[in-house]
Amino acid sequence: MSTSYIILVTIIALLILFLYLSWVFVSIKVANKEQNKETTERRYFLYTASYALGAVAVGTAVWPLIDQMNPDASVKALATTEVDISNISPGKTITVLWRGKPIFIRRRTQEEISNAQNVNLNELKDPQKDEDRVKKLEWLVMTGVCTHLGCVPLGDKGDFGGWFCPCHGSHYDTSGRIRKGPAPTNLEIPKYEFVDNNTIKIG
Amino acid sequence: MSEEKYVPKSKLGQWFDSRLPLLSLAHHLRDYPTPKNLNYWWTFGAILTFCLIAQIITGIVLAMHYVAHADLAFESVEHIMRDVNYGWLIRYFHANGSSMFFLAVYVHIFRGLYYGSYKSPREIIWIIGMLIYILMMATAFMGYVLPWGQMSFWAATVITNLFSAIPIVGDSIVGWLWGGYAVGSPTLTRFYSLHYLLPFLIFALVVLHIWALHIPGNTNPVGIDIKQPSKDTVPFSPYVAVKDLYALIIFLIITAGFVFFAPNILSHPDNYIKANQMVTPTHIVPEWYLLPFYAILRAVPDKLGGVVVMFASLFILMFLPWLDTSKVRSAVFRPLYKVFFWILVIDVIVLGYMGAKPPEGLYLLIGRTATIYYFAHFVLIMPILGFKEKTTPLPISISDPVLDSDTKTTNYR
Amino acid sequence: MLKKLIIIIKILFIYPIIIVSANNSVAAEDLDLLKNKWSFEGLFGTFDRASLRRGYQVYNEVCSGCHSMKLLSYRNLSEKGGPEFSREDSKNIAASFEVIDGPNSEGEMFTRSGRLSDKFVKPYPNVQAAEAANGGAYPPDMSVLAKARKDGANYIYSILLGYEDPPEGFELDEGVYYNKYISGHNIKMPNVLFDGLLDYADGTEATTQQMAKDITTFLTWASEPSLEARHKIGFKVILYLIILAFVVHLSLKRLWSRIESK
Repeated sequence: MSTSYIILVTIIALLILFLYLSWVFVSIKVANKEQNKETTERRYFLYTASYALGAVAVGTAVWPLIDQMNPDASVKALATTEVDISNISPGKTITVLWRGKPIFIRRRTQEEISNAQNVNLNELKDPQKDEDRVKKLEWLVMTGVCTHLGCVPLGDKGDFGGWFCPCHGSHYDTSGRIRKGPAPTNLEIPKYEFVDNNTIKIG
Repeated sequence: MSEEKYVPKSKLGQWFDSRLPLLSLAHHLRDYPTPKNLNYWWTFGAILTFCLIAQIITGIVLAMHYVAHADLAFESVEHIMRDVNYGWLIRYFHANGSSMFFLAVYVHIFRGLYYGSYKSPREIIWIIGMLIYILMMATAFMGYVLPWGQMSFWAATVITNLFSAIPIVGDSIVGWLWGGYAVGSPTLTRFYSLHYLLPFLIFALVVLHIWALHIPGNTNPVGIDIKQPSKDTVPFSPYVAVKDLYALIIFLIITAGFVFFAPNILSHPDNYIKANQMVTPTHIVPEWYLLPFYAILRAVPDKLGGVVVMFASLFILMFLPWLDTSKVRSAVFRPLYKVFFWILVIDVIVLGYMGAKPPEGLYLLIGRTATIYYFAHFVLIMPILGFKEKTTPLPISISDPVLDSDTKTTNYR
Repeated sequence: MLKKLIIIIKILFIYPIIIVSANNSVAAEDLDLLKNKWSFEGLFGTFDRASLRRGYQVYNEVCSGCHSMKLLSYRNLSEKGGPEFSREDSKNIAASFEVIDGPNSEGEMFTRSGRLSDKFVKPYPNVQAAEAANGGAYPPDMSVLAKARKDGANYIYSILLGYEDPPEGFELDEGVYYNKYISGHNIKMPNVLFDGLLDYADGTEATTQQMAKDITTFLTWASEPSLEARHKIGFKVILYLIILAFVVHLSLKRLWSRIESK
């Protein structure tokens, strides 16, 4: 942001200098002729320049007042979370908090994985292959926020062996995809990676 | 003031204006006839309005991040300084902005003293101005407590303890103010609430202040009434508006100088130490703009006496329109009063300086002398001068040329 | 008119500064501090980055045993305007400390290695423990120390170099030391800087004066991390306002020329 301001200020400063010099030049010319003719062009140069400079000043002053509401440095520092997954047995889900939202990490059983893979994509409201939603088949990492209106779905519930959202009745399958109910899209997959076999870094 | 009834150009404008005359108001403000001989001392009203709005905006923004609890306040201010985007800028602007606000208000008040702005028919404007000043001091005092540094805490302790000087009910009042047995978190939270509230009361008083002004119109450096509006005045916009804007920009340059290059020079280092009830700082001092009153408070050996005299020094200003008996308004034509005016200025500066020093020995002596002189100026000198002073002849009108180079009549200075 | 303007500017500047200098010269004795020419002083001051890094090393190896800096986070070490360690280096610095976290799912507090988002680890869990371990005196937290003392940088520098033998007849209690520059000359902190005390990572010779300089620079940054940004933006703002004032002044003259001619 700062380099662009330097350039902007330099350009405007040079512009002003040019305007002033041209004004001096013209006023000398006019002084040699008759004074009657109203030199409106000079006046408008000046007033327009003043307004332009003033507008930039106001914009510059307003920006910090708006930017201060953006996430501050301490919030942004908590943008990533590392989770220890060594104690999760197959068929178990843990929920961790990341950026203020719940993240479901489930260690899927073989049955759940095959159920997820055998679904016909045409049946899905939001078609997505199971392999595209996971990095390791055994581990499902997704945001536990229903894509309808934001409630937290309940695990091991629902008609599809996955999650069920009690607020308005959305059903998600063992891959977290929407199968029945008002939710428009599958449960979101956050950015994550396996730091090692026992640790996932989210964000 | 003679103005024809304003009729908006568009039908929609007429419909709206007949129901809520905002367009007429805007038109009045735009064309408001202002004496054309105003000098730069008259720009401080506009500067003050800007300061009030700037403090409110930066304050509201800071309130989005500040936490008003004794355990968290200090840390929350540092959080603003370090983590919040441009937090340091907004905080420094708000803190130094309050100093600049007071600087401007003192220039504005002393302008009034010099040019007799408080004299009839402008007494109400002056009294409302004094009320605004009192509210400003209350707001600033409470604002200074919020960072919960050593000075915040101990200044709060000292000033709230003053009320214990009131006989019989004093101690109960102090406990009521504190919300406890000492200054603590309850005190902090209520000060926060009031600090947020008072500026809006100030804003309302400012509206009344300007309204009251627009009835008789501005006075001017020469102090004589407007004879012919067409010759003696100019419409507010653009002539006076642009002049106010220019003065504001210069004022902002000085403010920026403090904010960006010496942001802590006007405050006390002890306020960067978190409040500690067990340790009192060696010298408790308020912010610079409260120092003259602090000096007056400590000049009187008796506790209740000090409180009474301090409040008296403030309230005596309210009576100024009646204490000043001179028929001549502006000091420009009052050679003796001019001298006493400048002595008063020096007296107030001396009081301020003494307020920062420990009240003992030579400092106390000077402080007491300056306090006595302060009251003497208003109670003795002003009334007597009105009768005894030989004033110089006034010009006929603002526009008529005058040989005396002292009076600026025909140029915008 | 320009003269009047200059008078106004002088009054606006001078009155508060007079009061302020009265305000701040309230110390019982105005001790003549050691003055150093700091890179961060003045209108265009910046921090000497190498000095900041050495200063962090001094804090870490010498001061952090007693003094906390609990308002700083490890990520500050890699942020702009500071020592600007690389993000990797800052991560490693953070990871070298044990941080208390929890409670875990069993309800217990546990320790883990530090992260960038963590605050600087404290030597003592609370003020009382710090006092108990230091003869009843609390080693102050140094996050804003440079702003909490008048002429903070020179003050800290002077204290660190101000240890000497007390003059004849000066009474010193047990566990109290003589320092030339502290008010009252009594200080509970012992002299901690000696030549060659540590090995600077960048190879600079670790003399007492060098270490005092570096830790002072580091502590000044810790109190004012926005200093460089402040100076940079301030310069641009004031320059811009001056240009704006000039243009508006021309407009003003142009406007009022109509009135003059009436």
